Amino acid sequence: MEFLRPESLGEALAARAAHPEAVPLAGGTDVMVELNFARRRPAALLDLTRVGELTGWHADGGTVRVGAGVTYAELTGERASGGQTALGRLLPGLAMAARTVGSPQIRNRGTIGGNLGSASPAGDCHPVLLASGASVEAASVRGRRQVPIDDFFTGVKRNALAPDELITAVLVPAPGGPEQFAKIGTRNAMVIAVAAFAIVLDPVRRRVGTGIGSAAPTPVRAVAAERLLAGALAGDGLWESRGPLPEQVVTEFGQAVSAAASPIDDVRGTAGYRKQALAVLASRTLGWAWRDYRAAGQQAGRG
Amino acid sequence: MRITATVNGTTHQADDVWPGESLLFVLRERMGLPGSKNACEQGECGSCTVYLDGVPVCACLVAAGQADGRQIVTVEGLAAGGALHPVQQAFIDAGAVQCGFCTPGLLVAAHDLLARDPSPSEADVREALAGNLCRCTGYEKILDAVRLAAARLAAGPGGDGA
Ligand SMILES: Cc1cc2nc3c(=O)[nH]c(=O)nc-3n(C[C@H](O)[C@H](O)[C@H](O)COP(=O)(O)OP(=O)(O)OC[C@H]3O[C@@H](n4cnc5c(N)ncnc54)[C@H](O)[C@@H]3O)c2cc1C
Ligand code: FES
Ligand code: FES
Repeated sequence: MEFLRPESLGEALAARAAHPEAVPLAGGTDVMVELNFARRRPAALLDLTRVGELTGWHADGGTVRVGAGVTYAELTGERASGGQTALGRLLPGLAMAARTVGSPQIRNRGTIGGNLGSASPAGDCHPVLLASGASVEAASVRGRRQVPIDDFFTGVKRNALAPDELITAVLVPAPGGPEQFAKIGTRNAMVIAVAAFAIVLDPVRRRVGTGIGSAAPTPVRAVAAERLLAGALAGDGLWESRGPLPEQVVTEFGQAVSAAASPIDDVRGTAGYRKQALAVLASRTLGWAWRDYRAAGQQAGRG
Repeated sequence: MRITATVNGTTHQADDVWPGESLLFVLRERMGLPGSKNACEQGECGSCTVYLDGVPVCACLVAAGQADGRQIVTVEGLAAGGALHPVQQAFIDAGAVQCGFCTPGLLVAAHDLLARDPSPSEADVREALAGNLCRCTGYEKILDAVRLAAARLAAGPGGDGA
């Protein structure tokens, strides 16, 4: 087995083009499990952990560019003094999702780029990225492009990357509205989601974003639920009044999210359970997000 | 390939390493450091936890080639000058070790927690140890050990934390 260890993005892209058989390796939390159990014997590994251009993040206008090599622990800020980072404050939904991943050891090593590379329907970043309307930045020796997250997941554990491409970053709009993420599993740590849901409310563009995990062959949005809620918020003047959400809107939103899922029965749960769980997760996270939106309004009113 | 890394402060070298093997395998089978344990090889149990450039990770999920040139500290590196680290001593005194298979990983995780936060809350302790499984103790003695270590560290060298 060959071990390729580029030290710059240019070298990494050249290696990717020259060795299409090489498996990119970031935190290794997915790849190494496959190697340890001999489920995979690639001819070469392409180590990305020495490529500085993939690390770090910066905010540019309303968009945050998160390097593919950014770890979950960097998103949560759990190792930072005070337990929070500027990145986590800018992207609270992603920080919440990152917080539920694996264990401290996994969060110290696993990356957002690796989550997208694996493209598992249970990947915890995905619902938030869908709800935020993020894009994936891909690069190759041919150039750079942005893939809208809606077009990124092409099948079970498949994504839209070309064989010579690497993920360089994720571009996440940060509108500053409320964001929530919740997932269901058997305990708090080390849990692959039985079902997960993210909601992002954008008060500026009056947009509602959603993302569902572990309940379809790929992570998906609940487009009809987004429309239903955006319609109700606009129709009743709720964006402006920040008044209480009618109970019926909350219930119907949950039902519409559940209807958008096409889950299967597996060892972690039945399709019926997942549908029911999603309705509950959607109603609950909407309640939390709306509570946050109202509280922010009161604070602004006082300020 | 040849792997050179600083392990517990000294330079270690291993030759003819298969690049896809894990850092855990390199430490145990090639560098003669069997302290870190192999119980699952899939990141679930934490018994292989080591510091990689100062950050606790599962050594079973780090490819050998990724560790080349890096700084590694294993459980063997926690004791200094022939004396156990207070976290290690507390595990013994609190009865937190039964079969001992989980202990090396828990020691590194607890060591890291107390280095970052000398007086962690109960929830913080549980969270910091959430990636480490123990099949023997039921965890209560382990939690006691971390509390004891925190108290002793707060009391300073020679203090008994009482
Ligand atoms: C014990 C355990 C618990 C876990 N819990 C969770 C969980 O709760 N939620 C969750 O979502 N995941 C979980 N995972 C899965 C895993 O940690 C995540 O998917 C993680 O984000 C993978 O990132 P990585 O950097 O480790 O990727 P790697 O394993 O290095 O790579 C993953 C895939 O992405 C590709 N890749 C990596 N970087 C790039 C890049 N820049 N460009 C192109 N392709 C790339 C690789 O070739 C590979 O196919 C868990 C894993 C373990 C072992
Ligand atoms: S052996 Fe590495 S986590 Fe279990
Ligand atoms: S003491 Fe036996 S596994 Fe923890």
